[in-house]
Amino acid sequence: MHKKTIHLTLNGEAREWSVYPNELLLNVLREQEYLTGTKYGCGIGECGACTLHLDGAPTLSCLTLAIACDGADILTIEGLARDGKLDATQQAFLEHSAFQCGFCTSDMIMMTRALLNENAQPSEAQVRDYLRGNLCRCTGYASIVRAALDAAALEKQRAEPSAAS
Amino acid sequence: MIQFDQPNIANLPELRQIGKPLPRIDAMGKVTGATQYAADYTMPNMLHAQVLRAKHASAQILRVDVSKARALPGVVAVLTADDLPGAQVATDIPGVTGTSKRAGTDAPILARDRVRFMGEALAIVAAEELAIAERALDLIEVDYEPYPAVFTPEEAMQPGAPIVTEPDNIVARWRIVKGDADAALRDADVIVERTYKTQFIDHAYLEPEAGIAWVDENGTLTIRVSTQVVEHFRSIAAALQLPQNKVHIMGTLVGGGFGGKEDITVELFIGLAALKTRRPVKMVYSREESILAHCKRHPFTITHKTGVTHSGRILASQVNLIADSGAYVYLSPYVLLYAASSAVGPYKVNHVTVNAYAVATNNTFTSAFRGFGAAQACVAYEQHMDEIAQALHLDPRQVRRVNYAQAGDTTPNGQAFRGAVWLEECAQRAWDALGETPPPSAPNIKIGRGLASYMQSYGRITWFHDTSQAWVGLEMDGSIVIRCGVPDIGGGQINTLAQISAEVLGVPLERVTVYSTDSALTPLAGTTTATRQMYMSGNATYQAAMAVRKTLAERASQHFECEPAEIDFADSAVFVKSDASQKMPLTQLIAMCAAEGLPRANLSLFKAPFTEKLDPDNAQGDIWPDYTFGAQAVQVAVDLETGEVRVLKSAACHDVGRALNPAAVAGQIEGGATQGLGYALMEDVQIVNGVTLTPSFAEYLLPTARDVPETKTIILESGTGLGPFGAKGIGEPALTPMAPAIANAVANAIGARVPQLPLTPERVLAAIDSAR
Repeated sequence: MHKKTIHLTLNGEAREWSVYPNELLLNVLREQEYLTGTKYGCGIGECGACTLHLDGAPTLSCLTLAIACDGADILTIEGLARDGKLDATQQAFLEHSAFQCGFCTSDMIMMTRALLNENAQPSEAQVRDYLRGNLCRCTGYASIVRAALDAAALEKQRAEPSAAS
Repeated sequence: MIQFDQPNIANLPELRQIGKPLPRIDAMGKVTGATQYAADYTMPNMLHAQVLRAKHASAQILRVDVSKARALPGVVAVLTADDLPGAQVATDIPGVTGTSKRAGTDAPILARDRVRFMGEALAIVAAEELAIAERALDLIEVDYEPYPAVFTPEEAMQPGAPIVTEPDNIVARWRIVKGDADAALRDADVIVERTYKTQFIDHAYLEPEAGIAWVDENGTLTIRVSTQVVEHFRSIAAALQLPQNKVHIMGTLVGGGFGGKEDITVELFIGLAALKTRRPVKMVYSREESILAHCKRHPFTITHKTGVTHSGRILASQVNLIADSGAYVYLSPYVLLYAASSAVGPYKVNHVTVNAYAVATNNTFTSAFRGFGAAQACVAYEQHMDEIAQALHLDPRQVRRVNYAQAGDTTPNGQAFRGAVWLEECAQRAWDALGETPPPSAPNIKIGRGLASYMQSYGRITWFHDTSQAWVGLEMDGSIVIRCGVPDIGGGQINTLAQISAEVLGVPLERVTVYSTDSALTPLAGTTTATRQMYMSGNATYQAAMAVRKTLAERASQHFECEPAEIDFADSAVFVKSDASQKMPLTQLIAMCAAEGLPRANLSLFKAPFTEKLDPDNAQGDIWPDYTFGAQAVQVAVDLETGEVRVLKSAACHDVGRALNPAAVAGQIEGGATQGLGYALMEDVQIVNGVTLTPSFAEYLLPTARDVPETKTIILESGTGLGPFGAKGIGEPALTPMAPAIANAVANAIGARVPQLPLTPERVLAAIDSAR
């Protein structure tokens, strides 16, 4: 097997990767970029722990070949906060303590971010449906759903600063 | 919805941070992805380890040939049993006094001449790259010869059964005798006898087992690992024949434990490889390996024979429990004790006989799992309360009401309940919170309701002589440092200590830093198991913080010319309670103390109650420091055509003594109930003839966000717990009552009982058919 050079954008920065055709995006991120916020949980797309955004879409990086990401725009949990300010989803998860062990928190936040990108004001049922492929063993999802709904409200508030006063 | 009720907190002091749902100090790392878990660490020159696992459940090993694997370029070491003569790992409880390790309970680190379950470790490969290590496993040749096997405890108990554990496969036995159950049964109006069964389940923490080991410049084997027990350093030292002070465990934040990381996982594999190669060695279990090779929850078969009066009063209980311990002993004796001691539940029964057995089979070994036997007992005793009610044509809640234990009543072991026992109130509140029963949404839907009450101990067995230590200090800038060996497995163990010290010393929570989970550098705090850390390390932290406060208050009282009791601490300031103008910054007081050489730190040891071992004839005696009580109510919809069960509403009510952080308490209750839902309806590690048929999350089904019902969480605070500020443990209790509540609701809906968890559509349909 030969390595191939690809170019992509990772958390807003240009990157050049040299990867084998069988290398998984998850492993390249964790082992070459040392971005360990994206997790291995099952390796076969059943738990959601490896979720990130690929060209804006929530994607399981354990099922994605790195070589297929030439020209892609990748966002991981490490790139979500901007200019030292937490994303509304992160802020809501923090305030609701919407985690226990925290191992699924990155993927739950990335999924919530993707949901809000598609639907700024989701219902509780829509939140539960959107997160159905992402497993959490600690929280029973209750605090995660509360945080996701609150993130939508927080984002709305941030977009309309006057409404906050 | 979370509801807090504080009907009895008059005896608690004024609190400023305790009792508030403050954001946890571990939140920022977790929401930004910065928190490092065990698999996130790498080191220069690091090797990757993989373990060859047995493909048979019971076989003799005729030959293990590793020559081809050793010859593969990139392979640095291949270890088999021949490379580590005699290396065994104790599977009894480590690090305790008052109990002696029993002969024949050890498991080999690597199987030598025989494998006893599918997935048992045979060889370790360490290689430059993970892919090379994986290829090397395929090059190891093993010749097996099938050996007689046994896969159910009932068969394993028969004379002539294949022997998995000498001498007779019975690895643990408890017999509890209180009163005279035989005689009392003769006085009963009605005798109700039923059998209930539970299944193997997997902890399914999202973080697979992981660690990295290296030998440092002093020859100390250092292991950074995801574990609930950093004090395994002692058994690791024993297994590897190292001095105990030459094994150093650096625990990480744990990505979920639930008992599954209570036993040793990767430590010995990577420790051996690091000692052999003198290079750092990392290992992460695959999900399949995790499901195959770490412990499972014990399946139990529990038979209740209960004598009752026509009014529902229980006169006598005989309970038989049989647990499958799998191929090795691990914590089976203690899991069995928890089940046996809580066999009749939180009810006053004067005449009880319990016979309990844990039996070795060629299934995957079983050990700790949140609820630790008491959860399996609850599945049986709470279904049985409904069965008694049905036999007597009484309301199940009425039968519970006339039998609930009260403060001062005793367990089958004769241990008295010393604190508040709010069983009836919890049950009433949970039941009422379900609200009105909705009409069925379709003609093929039946709605049912169920309730379960429970008792669950917190703190370890009292003859283990449990202690915890914490160090609390104030820095010159007024920030707090805590050093405590507590492993944080996600329940907020570290944050709890921070919140306690912040309260006592009047410092904002965000100004507390906790250094934790290090067997060499932090004071040993014991295991994060048995719902003990808030109770044990919380008290140690409280004591240490109070000692610091006492020194500071005495110095401040000299300055302000008042009594030390008049001094208070809040918002990083110290002041006289009765005169708020008498005030100075905490940093000023710290500087005064430092200038005079007064200590601003304290190391404190908290000691649980110690008791003697149980009477060997009848198992009478105290076993735990205290109990948590509560109830779970659910409403379910059962589809009569498909057998599918959907939980519509869940209402839990627990007396937690005192909610130190209500958000964390609610999280435990919500998460525990959801694990209980999975236990009741879908989770099942199917091991058939020793083969695990459910090695991934495609076969092993877990509750998702869509499976979780509308939930009400009611937190009561009796203030009578043994933890700081009157708190009781809630980690394990949160799970315990959910599965039987669902089973009772399903039986209520369809008019028939499925006495075997999980309540799959097939089983529910069969029960519906049989009731017709």
